[in-house]
Amino acid sequence: MKKQLFALLFALVPFTAMAAGGESVPYSMTPDLHDKASLQRGMQLFVNYCMGCHSLEHQRFARAAEDLDIPQDLIEENLIFSSGLAYNDQMRNAMSTDDGESWFGAPPPDLTLEARLRGTDWIYSYLLTFYRDPERPNGVNNEVFDLVAMPNVLEPLQGVQEKVCAETDRPVHGAELDPLTGKYQSCEVLQVTQPGAMEPDEFEEAVYDLTNFLAYVGEPSKLHAQVLGPKVLIFIFIFGVLAYLLKREYWRDIH
Amino acid sequence: MGNPNRVKAESGFMRWVDDRFPATQMWQEHLSQYYAPKNFNVWYFFGSLALLVLVNQILTGVWLTMSYNPSAEGAFASVEYIMRDVEWGWLIRYMHSTGASAFFVVVYLHMFRAMLYGSYKAPRELVWIFGMAIYLALMAEAFMGYLLPWGQMSYWGAQVIISLFSAIPAIGPDLAQWVRGDYLISGITLNRFFALHVVALPIVILALVVLHIIALHEVGSNNPDGIDIKAKKDEAGKPVDGIPFHPYYTVKDIFGVAMFLFVFCAVLFYFPEGGGYFLEKPNFEPANPLKTPDHIAPVWYFTPFYAILRAITFSIFGLDAKFLGVVFMGAAIAVLFVLPWLDRSPVNSMRYKGWISKVMLLLFAISFVILGVLGVLPATDGRTVLAQVCTAIYFAFFLLMPFYTRMEKTKPIPERVTG
Repeated sequence: MKKQLFALLFALVPFTAMAAGGESVPYSMTPDLHDKASLQRGMQLFVNYCMGCHSLEHQRFARAAEDLDIPQDLIEENLIFSSGLAYNDQMRNAMSTDDGESWFGAPPPDLTLEARLRGTDWIYSYLLTFYRDPERPNGVNNEVFDLVAMPNVLEPLQGVQEKVCAETDRPVHGAELDPLTGKYQSCEVLQVTQPGAMEPDEFEEAVYDLTNFLAYVGEPSKLHAQVLGPKVLIFIFIFGVLAYLLKREYWRDIH
Repeated sequence: MGNPNRVKAESGFMRWVDDRFPATQMWQEHLSQYYAPKNFNVWYFFGSLALLVLVNQILTGVWLTMSYNPSAEGAFASVEYIMRDVEWGWLIRYMHSTGASAFFVVVYLHMFRAMLYGSYKAPRELVWIFGMAIYLALMAEAFMGYLLPWGQMSYWGAQVIISLFSAIPAIGPDLAQWVRGDYLISGITLNRFFALHVVALPIVILALVVLHIIALHEVGSNNPDGIDIKAKKDEAGKPVDGIPFHPYYTVKDIFGVAMFLFVFCAVLFYFPEGGGYFLEKPNFEPANPLKTPDHIAPVWYFTPFYAILRAITFSIFGLDAKFLGVVFMGAAIAVLFVLPWLDRSPVNSMRYKGWISKVMLLLFAISFVILGVLGVLPATDGRTVLAQVCTAIYFAFFLLMPFYTRMEKTKPIPERVTG
């Protein structure tokens, strides 16, 4: 019986190994849905910098307020700008689809499920890797989304980021590692050349908060699942032990 | 009153019922006096677990239907509405989506058990055939259910599979259009898939499950030794190696249920996306007929057959590769139906079959898993060759079976079950 269980587990190995694969992006982050302060800052950033164009069609202000411990009056006073939106409404944007299409070539997508669609690493990397490119209509391009149509709306915070020739600790595509210094030499290194309102570390934290908020928005039920999960599993475990003892009792007379 | 030949309760309420409905008789025939071999091992949990998952799918499905909107405009949003605004909706939805994958996990293991111990062999051919019919209906059920969330992979996965019909010579394109009900997959297709998924196919599956169990209880359960327990009976006419299903296997299966639920709930609460295999990432974007995803892969439980479809890259007798792929894919499932007549071995269980059968079953299982892995990956030249080799092994396992099962030397079977 044990041997067969091992055989079963072994048969499932390729599936888990495959599940680990995916697109590679330069930065990674791990969402922390218990860090309420980070989620609150993320929501503030989203409403102030993203929601002009992007909606969260399936996320209600009220639900976010409840899950992130934000009082209703704070939300109503500071985060709901449109007179057409109420506390219980979904977080819809002000821009019409037609305007979006004529201004950017495609309407800015709804971001409710962006974190589940592309993953949080992608969003985090995307927001960090805008750089100046005079050949693009909006003057910027992006490392993980080539020929991006979106302008770098976070530039006032980040400062102007450009591609420069420099040494870096991070692996750069196409650059070779210098064995003496342990650094990469490349002319594709992203560097802030004119400072913005935030220091680079501060900005990375802000982008973390924003990504964290989108991770929350992608699956608000995760908070509930994490509370309920352990209780259910402990219950089933105890139930399983009792079921086993019952089985053993009944089977005592079977030889 | 009633049929005097029935087993009836002595008196009281049950007597009243038994005079009108064979309740006590059915209870005895199917549970308290259904004698099952006493040596069932861990492989024998998966039948009752399949029944558990079926009940889970039906119950959660009913509740999902209460809030789901089967229209091209509203389907995607209604799933998110269930996930966010419906009380416990996220749990019901994840139970259903995880249940779909769990169903195939337990059914594949259940089928493998049958192949391991020869449970398809005479007199259990109809048990096997009803079981295969359930599997076929389940595939249709899962395929149609997958369109309902109306995500990108729902849409394009269905697009790929329905377009297979158009590979059939002469009638193909018209047939595909008839299935879709439109020139492309649209709200019309969604509505008919919804009707089939929630009404027609569940009825078919339930009816087939009843037939599967009645046929099983008519001939009795096989066991890991593959020997007939009814050959040795005690004075009372009961098989000496048999024990009543209830209470012995009901209490044992409850323990199996606990083990299963532990794994199932761990997935449900912590990895509902199943690493992108239970819920595929592109499905978090609404269906868009104008935007084809970079890579279309069916859900994991279809991938072995999808890999067989793609492995056929050549044409024979003027039939084109796509059509031949469809034929091979269909044949890969059809050949399972005739398995009882391909196995000519004098023994049932792999325990007493010769080494060729053992090696062939192992190769078959490995090929099936490799095909499953290849089916989710984009095709390359090397992978196509590997898929062709595995497809050849898949079919060789079945088509050579009449020869190798007769040729090989089997071990003597024991008189009593060995545990």
